[in-house]
Amino acid sequence: MLAPLLSSKLMIVLIFGTLFGLILGVLPGLGPTTGGALILPFTMTLDPLSAIVLLTAIYCAGTYGGAITAVLINTPGTPAAAATCLDGYPLAQKGEAGRALGMATVSSTIGGIFSVVVLVFFAPLLAQLAYEFGQPEYFALAIFGLTMLASIGEGSPIKNLIAGAFGILISTIGKDFMTSIDRFTFGINELSEGIGFIPVVVGLFAISEMLTQSTLLDQIFNRVALKAVKLPSISDYKKTWITILRSSGIGSFIGVLPAEGGTVASLIGYSEAKRWSKNPEEFGKGSVEGIAGAEAANNAATGGAMVPTLALGIPGSATTAVILTGLIIHGVRPGPDLFREQPDFLYGIFGAMLIANVLFFIFGFFGAKIFARITLVPNKLLWPMIFAVSVCGTYSLSQSILDVWIMLFFGVIGFFMRRYGFSVVPVIIGLILGELVEGTLRQSLVIFEGEWLRFLTRPIAVTFFILSLIALIFPLLRKKKSNE
Amino acid sequence: MSDVQKSKGADKKSLPLFFNISFKVIFIIVLTSSVLLYFTFTFEEVPPILNRGIQPATFPKALLILIISLSLIVYYLSIKVPWNIEKKLPNSFYITLASFIIFSVVSVTLDFFLGISVLSVLVSFFWGERRIFYLFLVAIIFPIIVFIFFETILGLRFPGGIITNLYYN
Repeated sequence: MLAPLLSSKLMIVLIFGTLFGLILGVLPGLGPTTGGALILPFTMTLDPLSAIVLLTAIYCAGTYGGAITAVLINTPGTPAAAATCLDGYPLAQKGEAGRALGMATVSSTIGGIFSVVVLVFFAPLLAQLAYEFGQPEYFALAIFGLTMLASIGEGSPIKNLIAGAFGILISTIGKDFMTSIDRFTFGINELSEGIGFIPVVVGLFAISEMLTQSTLLDQIFNRVALKAVKLPSISDYKKTWITILRSSGIGSFIGVLPAEGGTVASLIGYSEAKRWSKNPEEFGKGSVEGIAGAEAANNAATGGAMVPTLALGIPGSATTAVILTGLIIHGVRPGPDLFREQPDFLYGIFGAMLIANVLFFIFGFFGAKIFARITLVPNKLLWPMIFAVSVCGTYSLSQSILDVWIMLFFGVIGFFMRRYGFSVVPVIIGLILGELVEGTLRQSLVIFEGEWLRFLTRPIAVTFFILSLIALIFPLLRKKKSNE
Repeated sequence: MSDVQKSKGADKKSLPLFFNISFKVIFIIVLTSSVLLYFTFTFEEVPPILNRGIQPATFPKALLILIISLSLIVYYLSIKVPWNIEKKLPNSFYITLASFIIFSVVSVTLDFFLGISVLSVLVSFFWGERRIFYLFLVAIIFPIIVFIFFETILGLRFPGGIITNLYYN
């Protein structure tokens, strides 16, 4: 598995990706999704394996990096580290920041490695299953992915569905890929090619975050001093090993589902840790179990989210949507054929994720103090620089100034979406899945000679439709139950 | 629901229709979707033999109708449970938004990198940076580093302008 990575170039890419991911994870408002989108244009100078190794290293390390900020300044560096704040910061306030970060580092590493094992075993199995899929099955699967996203993702399910439909609508801009009829081009020739993924992602994540940061200038961070990261004691291990394993399983499972990956996984991992704990009263006051539950789960979601991404071409999270784009722009088509035709490439990705988990353990353990200092870079300097990189990166992909306007447009749209409770993640997933949804629907209708009811003759498709219905009804039942 | 929450909800419900934030948001979504839906009727149609299952306009139409329907449901739910009205947006937000517009105008009329520099110095200054060196850093040094990086490593050619042309010529 590690053989494809035994080249100095790939190791340098891996180390750079891990360090860059840690920096992105530490900085509140950035994170692996935005960072991955920003670095995507640069990957064009690399070969496909190096490019994906870089993106996966950023993904793994960025997810862990959020914990450093969560523990030291009570602000999650990434949304996936939100649950880590609940116990990480109180423990740091008690003068045990090193212990809190040590627990976060160890549980993140175990969760991450656990999920790579899940990825290695389940991705080929899922790919094998996908050989049975025809166009109707892929259509039903994509619908299932979108409804799961609406159901499990953060915020209102209906608002998530609207955001997902908006993402698919964006994908219809340009020439219809089957008939070459212009749609929503409004006479602008450049729009005939459709809207690129990068301007939308950079706009929705980086530019909208810049606007959000402009509203938070009076925010004051209370920083807790960190002397050194400490490995957990034997008693801490005894107290948390079951929690770490449970959260690793939960995280991997949530990651496989097409939802918001680490964020949801960490919240469920944390609440399950509290439910099963012998000392639930300690939660919220600096419980090491709470830190372990959240951190093992969010890092386990990374490997889980790569399962549908590689096996089916359906992203399991926002960051895997960026990785999927990276695969596509490098000419690698994810899906069952990838497993048959390019096993070395896949083992390279698996190995890169494994090594990235070990690397962020080392860098986190010895360098957390240095990474924590990155948060001292003031937003008034950081965000203008991010803007410059965003603009140039977006422009660089097709050397089109229109892409820059699209990026700014989606930046403003993304800001208002977030302000009024619409998550931007479904827009990205919808944009990625849009062509698949429409293409498979139309090809299915060709197969079915225009008879929609013939979808019901395909058992796998029907199963996905039923699961989609359950995914839509489940949040309503959950809400009704919580109201009662 | 606590009494405080109830009274808050009552306050929000008593707002006139057009001042209600959920109404404004849903109105904009429905209006935009309706305009786009109108445009779908202007899409060309293909003969049945070529349409591969459905006409090119059918799928976007279905999506827009879905968005409108779901938006109306969201509005109905917001009458029952009003949205949390967030605090008013600060001036720094509008200044940042205005600097985007200034960037767009400057980058089209004068120079792409001058646009980035102007935006950087405006954002940095109005977000509270007063030290000349740091303003110089974000407005001049960093854009130059970015330019050199993209130009030399990625071999990118940026749009011409009063400064960029000096380099290219």
